[in-house]
Amino acid sequence: MNKTIEEHSKAASVFLEDAERAKWHDETLWFVRAKRDKAAHTLPEWEGLREAASKIKEHTLSKLDDYLLEFEAKAQANGITVHWADDAEEHNKIITHIIKKHNAKSVVKSKSMLTEECQLNHYLRDRNISVVDTDLGEYIVQLREEQPSHIVLPAIHLKKEDVSDTFYKHLQTEKGNKDEVYLTRAARTVLRNKFITADVAITGVNFAIAETGGIVICTNEGNADLGVHANKVHIACMGFEKIIPKAEHLSVFLRLLARSATGQPITTYSSHFHRPKEGQEMHIVIVNNGRTAQLGREEFRSSLKCIRCAACFNTCPVYRRSGGHSYHNSVAGPIGSILAPNLDMRKNADLPFASTLCGSCTNVCPVKINIHEQLWSWRQILMKEGYGGAAKKASMQAMAAVFSNSTVFKMSGKMGRKFMSWIPGLVNNKFNPWYKQRDMPEPPKESFNEWYRKNRKA
Amino acid sequence: MKVGLFIPCYVDQFYPQVAIATLQLLEKFGCTVEFPLNQTCCGQPMANAGFAYLTKGCDNNFIKNFTGYEYIVCPSGSCVLHVKEHLHGDNEPASAAVRNNVYELTEFLTDVLKVETINASFPHRVGMHTSCHGQRMLHLSSMSEKVEKPFSKAEQLLSHVKGLELLKTKRVDECCGFGGTFCVTEEAVSVSMGQDRVDEHLDNNIEYIVGGDMSCLMHLEGILKRKKSSVKVKHIAEILNAQ
Repeated sequence: MNKTIEEHSKAASVFLEDAERAKWHDETLWFVRAKRDKAAHTLPEWEGLREAASKIKEHTLSKLDDYLLEFEAKAQANGITVHWADDAEEHNKIITHIIKKHNAKSVVKSKSMLTEECQLNHYLRDRNISVVDTDLGEYIVQLREEQPSHIVLPAIHLKKEDVSDTFYKHLQTEKGNKDEVYLTRAARTVLRNKFITADVAITGVNFAIAETGGIVICTNEGNADLGVHANKVHIACMGFEKIIPKAEHLSVFLRLLARSATGQPITTYSSHFHRPKEGQEMHIVIVNNGRTAQLGREEFRSSLKCIRCAACFNTCPVYRRSGGHSYHNSVAGPIGSILAPNLDMRKNADLPFASTLCGSCTNVCPVKINIHEQLWSWRQILMKEGYGGAAKKASMQAMAAVFSNSTVFKMSGKMGRKFMSWIPGLVNNKFNPWYKQRDMPEPPKESFNEWYRKNRKA
Repeated sequence: MKVGLFIPCYVDQFYPQVAIATLQLLEKFGCTVEFPLNQTCCGQPMANAGFAYLTKGCDNNFIKNFTGYEYIVCPSGSCVLHVKEHLHGDNEPASAAVRNNVYELTEFLTDVLKVETINASFPHRVGMHTSCHGQRMLHLSSMSEKVEKPFSKAEQLLSHVKGLELLKTKRVDECCGFGGTFCVTEEAVSVSMGQDRVDEHLDNNIEYIVGGDMSCLMHLEGILKRKKSSVKVKHIAEILNAQ
């Protein structure tokens, strides 16, 4: 967390140094992508569903204020307390205030990328409030004091051996026992106790329904339900883009979400919370934290359609070969690379360049976000704003000058090719990143232009 | 039919044989082909690096060279995509005309010329490399991400080539990792991606890798050569033009 941020390319090259692990990471996530393909192909109406989801989200974003207020009114009528937080700090303060009001010391939390974005765990820990992540993957990374490397599969960068070592260190499991059933049971024993003894349950929100004032949380482990039902206080945290107009729209999103995420037809639990049970308090914290800025950027507005399925992570050949931590942002992968510069351009200027612009992300996206086009657009903004540095700009200006003038182009090309054949060491050296692991093309005697003049224009 | 031949800068400089094959192929199908001599580059390398605002001179030069051609044909999906999406010179109507008239070679053959027979022979085991920009943005073939009817303009053309045995890799359309300046700014990831593509092709025991974009093929060729592999890369124009 407090480590100096390394540029994506540098972190990626470190990730790739362990070739065997990197290959395993790539293949594991490709397996998930392939499962997603299979699940999508079981529905002939798949592309229609994506279109519907995209349109519902676009519509919602165009009338966001109306739907948020409708949601607030309905939720309040249901007995839920609604809070508005303008930024991460305010979000964390509101939650701390609720916890303190109840003299609570111990919190269980199910998966919420928003609380990662707001760095809630650190905030609470600094105030002597113990918070335990109850999603198994998140629990593992929490023990290791790491950030999730993937928004759906938080510990996907770890192998069984790593989990075994982590649990041996923190849960006193048998040294070297990497049996997944054994390890899961060990975590379950600890977590069950936490569920029962905690004072407050925090959850994320997958969908907030304006029409009903209720929220839906999707998990495979049922940990959100366990937390909420075992505790007197439930705090649900959501970015304001989680809103959908009507309950019937869930039939579109729930069919897309799990298929896109893991290839399952639906998550094991799709839990609907509409009101606190008797004797319970229920709070919903609606967070902005830069989202209004993104909403105001026309080119990037549609990034707020994201339902956090991570299909773009799994399909991204760069993500699979660089790992989530190389993106130094709570949301990694292609979607993270278009969300992060909105939060901090300087810190995240490298991320839109961590892509070949292959466009696979855009085409797996269940809500049809044009991710690769937004990556391209961010590049333009970041370079215009000067985040590329003077050297890069100078080299691009030189390139632009060469290509603006055909005489200069022909001359530079000819000279370049001559130099390459006379002194191959000029380009075939360790300072040329192309040459490090690839050979240069053989320079031909003449360019096509020269050939054409000789053979066709004589 | 008169065609303005648009040859990507790096093909002009490093792969003239691909440009010659494209020219000859178009002539075989009855086109009158002209190569505007003062063309340079479409501006994509700068734009994809975030410097589209520096490409005005480049765009104007491109428009000057290609104005007046009803059909502008190029053996690269990537460069065509850039022109279609991002060519903006000082004169907007002239820019729009060029953007509308530019075609990638295989789509020009299948959709405009409606080529149904090709007299070509290439008796080899060939691995297909699908380049992303042509595939996913110009829709030259179906993609594995989408639920759609499978099709491929390149494969449709290659099916006419005598003796050619076309083999696909396990991940049929994963990116090779070239990505323009990405290939040097993200060198480690780029090479890792390329090596994985090459390895899947080698598993098929092929002699050539064919594709529609020399940029991807240049990257794969660099990796093949470094491995001392005997497998060669060929642009689809060279194969369709092979006797």
